[in-house]
Amino acid sequence: MVVFDRPHALCDIPLHYCPGCTHGIVHRLVAETIDELGIEGRTVGIAPVGCSVMAYDYFNCDMIEAAHGRAPAVATGVKRADPDNLVVFSYQGDGDLASIGTAETVHAAARNENITIIFINNAIYGMTGGQMAPTSLPGQVTQTSPYGRDVKACGYPVKICEMLSMLDGPEYLERVAVNNVKNVRAAKKAIKKAFTNQIEGKGFSLIEVISSCPTNWGMTPSDALKWVDEKMIPYYPLGVYKDRSAGIIPGKEEA
Amino acid sequence: MAEKVLMKGNEAIAEAAIIAGCRHYFGYPITPQTEIAAYMAKRMPKIGGVFLQAESEIAAINMVYGTSSAGKRVMTSSSSPGISLKSEGISYLAGADLPALVVNCQRGGPGLGGIQPSQSDYFQATRGGGHGDYHMIVLAPASVQEMAQLTIRGFELADEYRMTAMILADGTIGQMMEPVSFDFDILPQPEKPWAATGTQMKRTHNIINSLYLSPEVLEQKNIERFEKYDAICEKEALAEEYLTDDAEIVIAAFGIAARVAKNAVNAARAEGIKAGLIRPITLWPFPVKTFAKTIGKAKEIISVELSMGQMIEDVRLATECKVPVSLTKRVGGMIPSPEEVYAAIKAAAERAGE
Repeated sequence: MVVFDRPHALCDIPLHYCPGCTHGIVHRLVAETIDELGIEGRTVGIAPVGCSVMAYDYFNCDMIEAAHGRAPAVATGVKRADPDNLVVFSYQGDGDLASIGTAETVHAAARNENITIIFINNAIYGMTGGQMAPTSLPGQVTQTSPYGRDVKACGYPVKICEMLSMLDGPEYLERVAVNNVKNVRAAKKAIKKAFTNQIEGKGFSLIEVISSCPTNWGMTPSDALKWVDEKMIPYYPLGVYKDRSAGIIPGKEEA
Repeated sequence: MAEKVLMKGNEAIAEAAIIAGCRHYFGYPITPQTEIAAYMAKRMPKIGGVFLQAESEIAAINMVYGTSSAGKRVMTSSSSPGISLKSEGISYLAGADLPALVVNCQRGGPGLGGIQPSQSDYFQATRGGGHGDYHMIVLAPASVQEMAQLTIRGFELADEYRMTAMILADGTIGQMMEPVSFDFDILPQPEKPWAATGTQMKRTHNIINSLYLSPEVLEQKNIERFEKYDAICEKEALAEEYLTDDAEIVIAAFGIAARVAKNAVNAARAEGIKAGLIRPITLWPFPVKTFAKTIGKAKEIISVELSMGQMIEDVRLATECKVPVSLTKRVGGMIPSPEEVYAAIKAAAERAGE
């Protein structure tokens, strides 16, 4: 009896990600979700520019590669082309979504665009070799912050869930992590809810996934997962930042 | 005779797009083209279409990229500074072989420039505008009727060749009102089996993409795209010729400049000067063969432009520098008067007689 298999929505080819990178886990969670909801035939995914640029080769649904940061605008165009049928998700990293694509992210959220965004926050630009990201932690050493991120010179990290939760538009914002089994299970639940929301027409859902980058953090995979626990999660607290249908709206009492 | 309505050029573009089956418009306000957005905002919701005011020109062109990826006819419009912003997206459309219609209702530049008409985006339009080796089909209307007609043709060409078609208009033609008929024969929309419409679990996944990390593959992609461009140059170049058969002084002008030039040609003919006009309707592909006919016949070509001289380079190339070519221009939102163009013709005729 098969108890664990590759999801159908995930193509049967080797991924190019580095050892210990958590992209593979998140790809799997997205693919499992697509399988479980039975939506592969009507799903269109949008790949970003960044480490997951080649995600178009990894998902069995129709895929589109977008310009750097523009995935929410591309997703908007796809969704508006066939809103009753298509399920549209973008899969974006922190440089893509929280730096060059900030405007597209904010306005897709403000419009409550009925799309799903999987946002990988690993506090670094991976593809280009480890530069400071909008989400790099204060003091974090990267190729372009060799003495540590100096907040006086280059400002503070961008907290996307907190920022978007101030908008009236978005339906659902949750931050999760994939550094241990418990967190992976919670991440799966959140991702599935983000897709379900779209199918039910509830609108913009964004799941921020705190991820690790052992290669560019200069750590072993296990140390990187520890760093997620000890440094990333305290700065980026996990949890639901907005869930309109459940009455979780910042500034208002919970239902 | 079909009924004609009095309309602004920009509105004619919008109505023609709807007639062509376009149900998706994404734009961002900028003078002097905002009538297109306003018209779409009014009409699209009533016909089950989508009008969306994007957060920027960059977002708008990427929404176009998305809707085109999903196989639908789609357009955006802007004016010069906004087209610069869209150029990234236009390059991606080219790299992913996606059809789209982009309208540039030009204003003076560079920078923020002005809001009065200009033709100074000729280089940007005919050379592609963004990064990489690519072209757009560039159509240059000279009347409100042509704004409508070339919009429809633009959608047809974009779909046929899977590339961007640009309407390169200007603030004058966009804003002026003329009678226009919308009685058009429109080609049926082609099937788009390449589009990202969902696999329905019946085929392998379609991928819309412009990334090719293998230089061998990317080289081949470029070569194939340029074979398509060669076929377009052969088949789709279009120009209006006016009194060129015996013309010794030939004006080269497109859009609003051609309207002015035609008056000057008539004035020159009345004075016995053998003047004529070649009006490119497609700027890319450039009507090379039409201009080549002037070799050995014309004594001078005058390129009349609302720029510091951009199309003049293509005129020289098309005539292989075998005919003297001069420039008559106004820029920054100024338009040459028929008298100015007539004076240029007269001076050329005198030079030719010497």
